[in-house]
Amino acid sequence: MQNAAKDFQAALLHKARWRPWEFAVWLVAFALPLLVPSHSLMVNEIAIVALFAMSLDLILGYAGIVSLGHAAFFGFGAYAAALFAKLVMPDPTVGLAVATLLSAALGAVASVTILRGSDLTRLMVTLGTALLLLELANKLDWLTGGADGLQGVVMGPVLGLFEFDLFGRTAAWYSLSVVLILFLLMRRIVHSPFGATLKAIRDNRLRAMAIGIPVASRLVTIYTLAAAVAGAAGALLAQTTGFASLDVLAFDRSADVLLMLVIGGVGWLYGGIAGALVFKLLQDWLSAVTPQYWMFWIGLILVLLVLVGRDRLFKPWTWFGRRA
Amino acid sequence: MSADETVLSATGLVMRFGGITATNNVSLQLKRGARHALIGPNGAGKTTLINLLTGVLTPTEGRIELLGEDITRLAPHQRVARGLVRTFQINQLFDSMTPLETLALVVSQQTGASGQWWRALGAAKGITTRAGELLEQFRLADVAQQPVKELAYGKRRLLEIAIALACKPRVLLLDEPVAGVPAGEREELLQTVAALPADVSVLLIEHDMDLVFSFADRMTVLVNGTLLTEGDPEQIANDPKVKEVYLGQGAVHG
Amino acid sequence: MLTILFDGIAYGMLLFVLAVGLAVTLGLMNFINLAHGAFAMAGGYLTVFAMQKLGLPFLACLPLAFIVVGLAGALLERTLYRPMYAKPHLDQVLFSIGLAFMAVASIDYFVGSSQQNVQLPEWLRGRTEIGDGALLLGMGHYRIFIIAVCAVLTVVLQLILSKTRFGSRLRAAVDDPRVAAGLGINVNVVFLATFAVGSGLAGLGGALGAEILGLDPTFPLKYMIYFLIVVSVGGTSSITGPLAAALLLGIADVAGKYFIPKMGAFTVYLLMIAILLWRPQGLFTRKGGR
Repeated sequence: MQNAAKDFQAALLHKARWRPWEFAVWLVAFALPLLVPSHSLMVNEIAIVALFAMSLDLILGYAGIVSLGHAAFFGFGAYAAALFAKLVMPDPTVGLAVATLLSAALGAVASVTILRGSDLTRLMVTLGTALLLLELANKLDWLTGGADGLQGVVMGPVLGLFEFDLFGRTAAWYSLSVVLILFLLMRRIVHSPFGATLKAIRDNRLRAMAIGIPVASRLVTIYTLAAAVAGAAGALLAQTTGFASLDVLAFDRSADVLLMLVIGGVGWLYGGIAGALVFKLLQDWLSAVTPQYWMFWIGLILVLLVLVGRDRLFKPWTWFGRRA
Repeated sequence: MSADETVLSATGLVMRFGGITATNNVSLQLKRGARHALIGPNGAGKTTLINLLTGVLTPTEGRIELLGEDITRLAPHQRVARGLVRTFQINQLFDSMTPLETLALVVSQQTGASGQWWRALGAAKGITTRAGELLEQFRLADVAQQPVKELAYGKRRLLEIAIALACKPRVLLLDEPVAGVPAGEREELLQTVAALPADVSVLLIEHDMDLVFSFADRMTVLVNGTLLTEGDPEQIANDPKVKEVYLGQGAVHG
Repeated sequence: MLTILFDGIAYGMLLFVLAVGLAVTLGLMNFINLAHGAFAMAGGYLTVFAMQKLGLPFLACLPLAFIVVGLAGALLERTLYRPMYAKPHLDQVLFSIGLAFMAVASIDYFVGSSQQNVQLPEWLRGRTEIGDGALLLGMGHYRIFIIAVCAVLTVVLQLILSKTRFGSRLRAAVDDPRVAAGLGINVNVVFLATFAVGSGLAGLGGALGAEILGLDPTFPLKYMIYFLIVVSVGGTSSITGPLAAALLLGIADVAGKYFIPKMGAFTVYLLMIAILLWRPQGLFTRKGGR
């Protein structure tokens, strides 16, 4: 009996253990701005969008909440950081912390809307929330710059030491560091008992309630966290590009990040990273090939991915046979 | 703490959906350590009653008390925390998890550790030990690490019951525990049900009359959402009203 | 004031005709089709094409839009949509967003991104005014026409649902597809016909309302939220629910933009979120409905 218990414990802990390839991924990521400095901006973009995708995975992959409006928090974080830098102080880390906290607060308020109702209701309220914020940002143009956006966000040096350089290397390392820290946090959470309760809620909410899980409060917590992380990603964007415009709140953003998770896979954080990587590279390539109509190709990819199923997409020989 | 202490009581429960009265003024008293069976034809409202008792449904009228506390307005998870646990007629499991993960989760929840976010699930020794015990007890140890959705029906049913026991219930509501279980595996399940601790009070919904009569010390008969009669097995078996209800639906012993 | 009410009703009825197909599709196949607006857009562009290139009169374009888009809908249902019914809602959302993106980009490519104008016939361009002062009711003839057509359509739909055999089969299939199939109702045919009619109505709505709503490639994305509001607030278990929701939405939108132009669409979103918080199943569903 003792040995069985030890085996079981080992089995459970095994899931949370770091695999060798994970170390490799992070090492390569951090090495890239050094190895290919001209691509630092790209690395920065991918890191930011990967963080955004992982924040959505928290609620979509782990808690089963379908959101069409996650960009609301991303955009809110971006504007919060931009405004903080312009109006209060240009220190990046303080601005990041403030934007993250504010996004968390917004998330906590918004979480009330996703507790009840069906998938459709949740789609509606998340979409509505994002559209609402977009309208607000549009109308409050004295604050946000409206359609022109908030320009001229000049950031001070990171931690007072590292100036943002033209190549974007500081930006890339700054973003990568933030992403790593938040990733470590999220990784802990999803492998913890708390994370297991989220999976339970996703799989079978009725049974989760029947074993004593306080579903509503768990959902509020994870939604708030997801909003905070999305806000952090938005803040990074504003800080590293010096700019915040209405498209950070647009439906496109919410749809894009959903697509990334579909490509990379929901329910394992690296899906957000993989999906972000593939998506950004694809976007870069397609924009060069067909600058105006890349929306078509994205749409086609979405349709194919769903029709064929992600696993089968990478095995073309199964496309026309019978489904297994 | 006498054997006659009422642990769960429902008084005058009424449940109306639109024009339908699913539960009509039902009252029930469950004693400590009881082995109480709830029987009645299909559609009699037995599962509805369980849903009312556990808080999945809010009664239109009536009152529910658990160990002296009024729980009529409490949410389902709060009732579980107070020891009121149920199983489901149709397995309600977490398909993407393994039995090991499921039971580890339930035990974590029961011990109050489910809010922990900084340790891995399984880091706490006591939780894995307890989960391991339950896996052994329910003969699930050999499939403990397969995803639940891949398990055979019989194993899923065992897990269904194991989950309920992992919650350390004081009052256990079993909704047709052997439903769909092949005759050969019923014994296993029945023995587990019979081996429940004596001070856990059990309310059993069941159609299998053999099981009911061997298990129950008290029976309540529900027909069309209304209480028909209540008594010990002897009385119920000889009650002409009950015989009438069950005529053609299987023999009533006695 | 009354004019605003009138305009709101016209807008609302138009939204209803546009969205009713979506409501029935959701209620029947439990499928969230975010590409529904693309069918409306197709009807609008078809009308512009038919009027400009083929010289067809406006009135003839309306049934044309209904039939052509309806057929397209039937084709798509049979080929693309049917395998999606059993999939989880997330997949359906992604799938239909993908289709919507493709539609938007295709129109942009083939026709260009500028707004299209529908040349209304002479007899629709007038305006009648009754009363004066605060009670002035200004009715554009175009809007009267819209209300009339939509009212007729609504009555016809309601009659089909309640008086015909198809209607009762449809209602049975919405209530419980498995039971309906067990009763010998060919559920696949019901689905196909319903989807086709719903898309056709969207096409008709697009043709009818292009002048008011504005026709450009972003149409499906712009108006998707409005259709979804009609469906989620109005519920999917009747057509009177979405009708009431559409009217409410139309009036709220027109009134909101008139009285508080600073807030714009803000009020509509806020109202929708508030309603869904209060009654997540929609304002008009019967209890227990989807």
